[in-house]
Amino acid sequence: MATFTLPKNSKITEGKRYPAPAGAKKVKAFKIYRWDPDSGENPRTDTFEIDLEQCGPMVLDALIKIKNEVDSTLTFRRSCREGICGSCSMNIDGLNTLACLKPIEDVKGDVKIHPLPHMPVVKDLVPDLSQIYAQLRSIEPWLKADTPPPPDGERLQSKEERAKLDGLWECILCFCCTTSCPSYWWNGDRYLGPAVLLQAYRWIADSRDEATGERLDALEDPFKLYRCHTIMNCARTCPKGLNPAQAIGEIKQLLATRGG
Amino acid sequence: MSHSTSGQPPRQSMMRTPLGRVRGTGSAKQGSHHWIMQRVSSIALLPLTVWFIFSLATSAGMDYAEAIAWIGHPLNAVLLLALIGLTFQHTASGLQVVIEDYTNQEWLKIALILVVKGACWLLGIAAALAVLRIAV
Repeated sequence: MATFTLPKNSKITEGKRYPAPAGAKKVKAFKIYRWDPDSGENPRTDTFEIDLEQCGPMVLDALIKIKNEVDSTLTFRRSCREGICGSCSMNIDGLNTLACLKPIEDVKGDVKIHPLPHMPVVKDLVPDLSQIYAQLRSIEPWLKADTPPPPDGERLQSKEERAKLDGLWECILCFCCTTSCPSYWWNGDRYLGPAVLLQAYRWIADSRDEATGERLDALEDPFKLYRCHTIMNCARTCPKGLNPAQAIGEIKQLLATRGG
Repeated sequence: MSHSTSGQPPRQSMMRTPLGRVRGTGSAKQGSHHWIMQRVSSIALLPLTVWFIFSLATSAGMDYAEAIAWIGHPLNAVLLLALIGLTFQHTASGLQVVIEDYTNQEWLKIALILVVKGACWLLGIAAALAVLRIAV
């Protein structure tokens, strides 16, 4: 659903400013979106000045430093700090990415940090992803086969069959792509979005899975799948360098060829 | 209480589970034909449009009788009819996608799509009739 303005209670106001400590040598300002559900106030942008000499190299290091030393109420998700858990996805300097993989050096000027776009906000940089998780669940991202596995071992794949999963299995479900997609912004209640469609293709492309037809049936829908107009924001923003648009293209190709 | 950067209503006001909402009314089991036809019509329109523009450019300076004779030529008439049919089919299906993307009320979506399809049908029939009256 396209809207042109934010509702009144979502308009962002100017927030507090926390100046750098005296004697700081290399100061960088972090402008961070803040919203507290308990305050009843509008969201605001707080500015934190950080001495980079006393801070790790990544944006996540700065966020942790702010939480530890300046404002402990700053709320964000993080876990592995090495780009494998997908927790610290957020919008940094206008691009969705992982805070742990984004070097502060790469940002010219102030570092602007917002939660993933167009999602309901739980608090500060924490978006409500329950709809996306439900969409992931809805495509049944697990192996489905009627043939029982060999009694003496696991289901086998040739090297060629396994290679078809490259560029798919690496997805860490950070949802940078889905929340960067205008089609998902306008029609996210029905469109599955790039991350979930890439996962759907990951199971369609798996040689051990026997439910390809059933999976394609479930995807063939003007809204679930065909809201993808190859805008390519997904591939541009993916912190793992994957190409969800290509996976979606493969699904469309399969649907076109099975229709004859 | 929930706050949104998107202007959507707070999700907590709905008690239905996220999975139930997302599954909704299920897959329409259609859409691939529309997608294929969009691509087929755009590929077919490439040579037809080039031919049409080339013909218009080279027919500059024709008088009325010559223009009638050109349209009346069976090859030109057939290609013109194909161009008309595909152009309006392609326009209608392209605008349908735009409407589906950007309208948020179901009644408005259906009304706009019907208006666009109706207009394309009528314009296409009118254009085809104009060619046929000359050619037949």
